[in-house]
Amino acid sequence: MTDQTSDLQTAVSILLTPGGLDLDALDSGLGYAMGAGVDYADLYFQRTWQEGWVLEDGEVKEASYNIDGGVGVRALAGEKTGFAYSNQITADALVDTGRTASGIVRSGKRLPGQAVKPVAVASYYAGIDPLAGLSADEKVAMLKDADRIARAADPSVSQVSASLSGTYEVVLVRASDGTLAADIRPLVRFNVSVIAVKNGRRERGSAGGGGRYSMSRLRDEQVAERYAKEAVRQALVNLDAVDAPAGQMPVVLGAGWPGILLHEAVGHGLEGDFNRKGSSAFAGRMGQRVASKGVTVVDDATLSDGRGSLSVDDEGTPGQYTSLIEDGVLTGYMQDKLNARLMGMAPTGNARRESFAHLPMPRMTNTVMLAGQDAPDDIIKSVKRGIYAVSFGGGQVDITSGKFVFSASEAYLIEDGRVTAPVKGATLIGNGPEAMSQVSMIGHDMALDTGIGVCGKEGQGVPVGVGQPTLKVDELTVGGTQS
Amino acid sequence: MAQAFDASAQQALLIQRAESALAMAKRMGADAAEVGASVDQGIGVSVRQGEVETVELSRDQGIAITVYVGQRKGSASSTDAGEASLLATVEKALAIARYTGEDAAAGLADAALMATDLPDLKVHHPWALTTDQAIELALACEQAGRDVAGITQSDGASLSSGEGVRVYANSHGFVGTQKGSRHSLSCMLIAEDAQGMQRDMDYTSARDPAELADPAMVGREAARRTLRRLGAKRPPTGTYPVLFDPSLASGLVGHLMGALAGGALYRQASFLCDRLNTPLFPDWFSLEERPMEVGATASSPFDGEGVQTRDNRFIDRGRIASYMLSSYSARRLNMTTTGNAGGARNMRITAPLTRHASLLSQMGTGVWVTELMGQGINGVTGDYSRGAAGFWVEDGVVQYPIEEFTIAGNLERMFGGLVGVGDDIDRRGSIHSGSWLIDGMTVAGS
Repeated sequence: MTDQTSDLQTAVSILLTPGGLDLDALDSGLGYAMGAGVDYADLYFQRTWQEGWVLEDGEVKEASYNIDGGVGVRALAGEKTGFAYSNQITADALVDTGRTASGIVRSGKRLPGQAVKPVAVASYYAGIDPLAGLSADEKVAMLKDADRIARAADPSVSQVSASLSGTYEVVLVRASDGTLAADIRPLVRFNVSVIAVKNGRRERGSAGGGGRYSMSRLRDEQVAERYAKEAVRQALVNLDAVDAPAGQMPVVLGAGWPGILLHEAVGHGLEGDFNRKGSSAFAGRMGQRVASKGVTVVDDATLSDGRGSLSVDDEGTPGQYTSLIEDGVLTGYMQDKLNARLMGMAPTGNARRESFAHLPMPRMTNTVMLAGQDAPDDIIKSVKRGIYAVSFGGGQVDITSGKFVFSASEAYLIEDGRVTAPVKGATLIGNGPEAMSQVSMIGHDMALDTGIGVCGKEGQGVPVGVGQPTLKVDELTVGGTQS
Repeated sequence: MAQAFDASAQQALLIQRAESALAMAKRMGADAAEVGASVDQGIGVSVRQGEVETVELSRDQGIAITVYVGQRKGSASSTDAGEASLLATVEKALAIARYTGEDAAAGLADAALMATDLPDLKVHHPWALTTDQAIELALACEQAGRDVAGITQSDGASLSSGEGVRVYANSHGFVGTQKGSRHSLSCMLIAEDAQGMQRDMDYTSARDPAELADPAMVGREAARRTLRRLGAKRPPTGTYPVLFDPSLASGLVGHLMGALAGGALYRQASFLCDRLNTPLFPDWFSLEERPMEVGATASSPFDGEGVQTRDNRFIDRGRIASYMLSSYSARRLNMTTTGNAGGARNMRITAPLTRHASLLSQMGTGVWVTELMGQGINGVTGDYSRGAAGFWVEDGVVQYPIEEFTIAGNLERMFGGLVGVGDDIDRRGSIHSGSWLIDGMTVAGS
């Protein structure tokens, strides 16, 4: 927990002071955006420092540093949104962007801005600069460790690449409803990718993770060793993989990162904008059964130090624990202010944007299925012939038809209740509401992913987390080559 | 309402900033340096159900600097246009270069390869479009789609129009610059039957607004594509020929170029390592890059490191004739650059072209794919497995829409199994291709 007053002070000194602004100046800035007919406006100030280090062939070959920042100004009138942004955080920029954003409507009542109400929030991560947690020499040493450990792990390892990246992000939101909030968001990640060659076959393995904390914690938790070994293990498994089967069959998903199933199969379909517009396969199904009994799914921005966690969202609403599906029944959507207001609901702290130069939308934070009662072994034993998938690449969903896919990067055959040969990566396809109704067993081993997810929506990427226990879906289509 | 954008003034400013950054780098101890800078401005509007939804004005700028100290390299970038920020960015790049390792292959492209033939390739066609005009066009597009019987709602129509300037300069004294524009209009519609909702879309995109398709045609095509998906079933699991729509065939060319890219090859992360001059496609198929084509999507006389671009023939009568290389990847492979730093530009296929109906009859019984989902492509092994939607075809005749199935194979075998290329060429992107008919893929459905 950090002190929010100090986050606000830090944000003011980093974002406003250099351009000659202070908190009082934001009132007049908001005034330009609150033109006639506008019923809500907000100013979003942001600055990010990003660093990336890449090792190849045992040497750090690439290192880069990026500084970005500016202000995004939004004006809402009914369902209309006007938006403009500037790289400059100055009084002039606030006048220009404010007038441009409020230009979407030209008539109507001019509403007064409301008195400032600083948002009281809990902090789910420390408001620190994560890049400062290690010296440059220490960063290079971590990458070299990963290289050495991966190469020592198996003679078939022919290529190792490792990367260390981090972002220090400072945001401040001031809105016409009185909202004043600041957030300091660290985010770090370490990744290892290897190529292994054996008997003329070549396969890749990769592993990584991170979260909202200092780079020093990556070193203290010895992730270089952990992910190097894990990447090599996965590559070796894939070297022995046989062709995956094709067709409908039971699929057992491992705990943790396979929670990408939830993200694609139900998560996107429960975002407020799609449901307001009626374009989601879940639209109008509140209170109805949309998944098997025992399935409980939440979006939890409050997980300590989680990659998708948010103390406050990008509209200044505190991050929350939002129940989406309870025991199989649809109970909630993820909302930003615009869609919540138009649907007569409350915002849930899910407004997110890639940067000040993008509009906020309802987005997931950490999306998790809660643990059930079953022992993971019993779940495997219950399958006569099927697939056990433990790691995935990416996924995609068509929220209107409900069809979703996700691609396995490590999977095995299940034969007569036993995990047998590894199979080549295959895409799994299903229909969100149907697949959730086919969940027949839920493990007691809920796990979060290691912190690698990036979610894309309308061209905007944001970091997210997923989690789930081992679970069995009675029937999914497996896209292998063995028909 | 859009702020005026004086591309020529911006260009002069960017060149000045780039040269000033190079001078700072040199003064502060860099042996060599390169700078990329850009400014883009645009307008985007979206409408839904006959009402304006968003009006967005964008203006993005950035400068990226790479310095070399001996054989060490450091990079930094910033979106802040101020002189102090430029200095800080150069300092940061130099500071980082102290910690990177020696890399014999690092450095600028050879000075002798810098582009000297720098014609105006006519890719800058600004559109004096007011916000109201943009809204009207989007509304007309959407309305034409909503007017088609059976469309139950709209998921929106969007128009975006933008122009920009980019500059690349390096310490060989090379300065390359190009002004460009891009305009596009898209529409997505929804239809519903007892089985549920379906959506599909259409778009038009061009550098010159005069070349955009008629908005009403885009709306009607989005409606046609949406309605034909209603009543979809699942195809039977089995091995069938697959007909890829032109935009999806372009995706296959993209996977090929990914595997021919020097970066994937020297990392041994490509299924086409050590395959130069060996057959990959049937002998009637060739694939070329034409970066100097006038007015095309990706035209440029210089690549991402100032090297003169040139026509490259990557596939010649079925064989892999060239890899796709930058100076760095070329040095790693003991080869020379092909002028492809930053990727391939304007890919064109040379092959006998077949009418779509003939491809269907050639296919007989199989799957015509109009949409692919997911990222199931393994570039290291060429293994391919993706979600799909399209149509079930029997005896060359379309039977019914299909969905919730996968198609799987291996890219090497898929390329070798190419049976025909359609004359229905999609010219909206930088890869121009017609439909592709590929034999013997695994379809997983019911």
